[in-house]
Amino acid sequence: MATPSVTNTLAEDVDDTPRPFVVSSAPHLVEGRSTRAIMFDVVIGMVPLFVAAVVLYRWRAVALTLITVAACLATEAIANRIRGRSMLSLTDGSAIVTGMILAFSLPPKLPLFMAVIGGVVAIALAKMVFGGLGQNLFNPAMVGRAFLMACFPVAMTTWAQPFDLATIGTVDAVTQATPLAAAKFGSDVVPRMWDLFMGKVGGCIGETSSLAVLIGGMYLLIRRTADWRQPLGVLVGAGVLAVIAHWADPGKFAPLGVQLTSGALMFGALFIATDYVGAPITPKGRLIFGFGVGLLIMVIRLFGGYPEGVMFAVLIMNALTPLIERWTRPEPLGGPVAA
Amino acid sequence: MIASFIDGFRGLKSFRRGIHPPHRKEYAQSEPIRLLRPKSDLHIPLTQHIGAPCAPTVKPKSRVQFGDKIADTDSFVSAPIHATGSGTIVAERMVLLPTGRRVAAIPLRLATEGAAWPENLLQDFLRRDWDGVEPDRYDADEICQAIRDAGIVGLGGATFPTHVKLKKNPDRPVDTLVLNGCECEPYLTADHRLMLEAPEAIVVGLQLAARAAGVSRAIIAIESNKPDAVETMRKASAGRPDIEVMVCASKYPMGGERQLVPAVLNRVVPSAPKGLPLDVGVVVVNVTTAHSIARGVVHKQPLTHRVVTVTGKGVARPGNWLTPIGTSFSELIEHCGGVTNRAVKVLAGGPMMGPTLPHLNVPVIKATGGITIMEPEETAQWEEGPCIRCGRCIDNCPLYLSPTKIAHAIRAREYELAYAYDMLACCECGCCSYVCPARIPLAQYVRAGKNQWSSVAARKKEKE
Repeated sequence: MATPSVTNTLAEDVDDTPRPFVVSSAPHLVEGRSTRAIMFDVVIGMVPLFVAAVVLYRWRAVALTLITVAACLATEAIANRIRGRSMLSLTDGSAIVTGMILAFSLPPKLPLFMAVIGGVVAIALAKMVFGGLGQNLFNPAMVGRAFLMACFPVAMTTWAQPFDLATIGTVDAVTQATPLAAAKFGSDVVPRMWDLFMGKVGGCIGETSSLAVLIGGMYLLIRRTADWRQPLGVLVGAGVLAVIAHWADPGKFAPLGVQLTSGALMFGALFIATDYVGAPITPKGRLIFGFGVGLLIMVIRLFGGYPEGVMFAVLIMNALTPLIERWTRPEPLGGPVAA
Repeated sequence: MIASFIDGFRGLKSFRRGIHPPHRKEYAQSEPIRLLRPKSDLHIPLTQHIGAPCAPTVKPKSRVQFGDKIADTDSFVSAPIHATGSGTIVAERMVLLPTGRRVAAIPLRLATEGAAWPENLLQDFLRRDWDGVEPDRYDADEICQAIRDAGIVGLGGATFPTHVKLKKNPDRPVDTLVLNGCECEPYLTADHRLMLEAPEAIVVGLQLAARAAGVSRAIIAIESNKPDAVETMRKASAGRPDIEVMVCASKYPMGGERQLVPAVLNRVVPSAPKGLPLDVGVVVVNVTTAHSIARGVVHKQPLTHRVVTVTGKGVARPGNWLTPIGTSFSELIEHCGGVTNRAVKVLAGGPMMGPTLPHLNVPVIKATGGITIMEPEETAQWEEGPCIRCGRCIDNCPLYLSPTKIAHAIRAREYELAYAYDMLACCECGCCSYVCPARIPLAQYVRAGKNQWSSVAARKKEKE
């Protein structure tokens, strides 16, 4: 903002005590929330997930989360250094959010060096090469996870049974298939919805407890940090297919409630699909984006080679975002100007 | 959205989207209107309205009386300019307008104290006795002629000549007149005070304007944060079944005609630059304009003074002053105790749309409804960050535009793309900049793009 010197060449005799004032463009008021405030709001929204993760997986959850966030921040710092950009971007909170989302979608027994690789790939390849915050096409955390999935498929699909509160200290974590994998690959472990809701099942560290995800997600929705349109779209899109599949073959496909509370669906709907940058900016586009994510999650779950599809669903819809945005351009209130 | 729902529940008229900035009317809203008698020269600009500029009709060194016409033109879309005090004309010079333009002005050296204005000017301006006046006695052409002679333009800030707006057009019949008393701009209280202190004159002006435009129904629209004004206007218009007072939600930009007309009448005004309320049978008149119409038509008093709110934390004694056109901002502000040591910004108007002034050597013009002087904590200074595509600008645009798309196109000098994104429909209300978490000056980009557009369009035509 410039503070110009007084140009007192006009009507000099009118005012003999001139003083310079700040010159800037209207409006001169601004709503309180900055980019940083929004990012830290998302971090607050993820606190319940972190608490649930710590309860379920103890120090593994703490270590994975801290190391992933640290890797993301360090990568952004290095990228800023290389490009000669201000280190201020580290304080905007976006790298912390990426690190947390990535960490929460990792399995608890993943070796820590792999989490570091995930964080580096997420920030370096998915965010900074595109120009940093706001410029990336794909959700950085999901790109990082996809990279890990491709490089370390076994480690990425080995799940630990969370510590049962009654047996803490007596047994170690037991390697076990997730409910979704069990349902998919014909095991007879029947997940109970209550366990799914509370998180007492195998899965990634931050997404297993639907309760914690819902608490954090509601916070974001009430604060209007997250748009309600993407979560609604995801739930409707996934719900429609789940109901149809269960109706067609109840023996093979889990019922609606189990589908919606299991895996990363809730986490994806409330925390990943609501990421601003990869989703369309138009209101209608956001509904369509969410609906597409929901549909694709169920298509992958029902017919795909992976037990869970949130990551691929979000990445595919990220790719379609520019197209959706073009289709859903809002029409001005009084009709378009351009003939 | 929740706020809109509550507004609807309370029976308030509203529009979709828009924002709720702090009102900050408390600085000046309880200060009665007082008369300013400046001592320094007045500088009366020749361009104070949309349309053809005026040419002086008086020569330097000639003596003029208060209310004499000093500049005029033959053009239909224009309005004459009057001497706003008695005194001697000085040689023409250039001045900076509050809008940032440099235009020619006629300086007026005022006659000594007591001789420049009539003694009872304020009492006459705020006269409450309009009982004997029968607006029905005037015919439409007579009213329009009197409005033009009085030099009246849209005093809400648009400064479009009022006689042109009200002129009957057989191709485009008008059925409703909306009197705009919303004053949605934070800080400003000039319209509010006038509604409290001269409601009868406003109602007479409203009836005259309605007669000129040939409409049978009039609506007085006032925001819900001015319950006392709603009360006085209801009283002043009691017994007139054709006039209805409607209470609008206190929301920005309620007073924009593209928001006000849908809110009170549920009619959507076609997009700018071509669309006007006229296209849906509505004409919108500001309350201060209506007040001037009553004075101009009934008492043949030209537009020489207007109420200016001087407000904000940065001024010692905020107030509402009846100020002669041409008074310098610095003299007006001096009467309010001057600016504080911490004042950083001086705005011509309110904080949402008012341009900043680098200094105070600027004259009050017909469009000047207020001066807002801000201290640092009222107006945070901020740095532009990258767009995070949060979509808040789209969610809050009252015209359903995509401000971030337009701004990015303009930043890349892709004016054609900005045009395709309906840049020209923008009313520059600033809601987008207000909500942007990355602090991108979206409204500024759009203003810059619109300024560029005419030359871009001309070049394009040349090529074809």
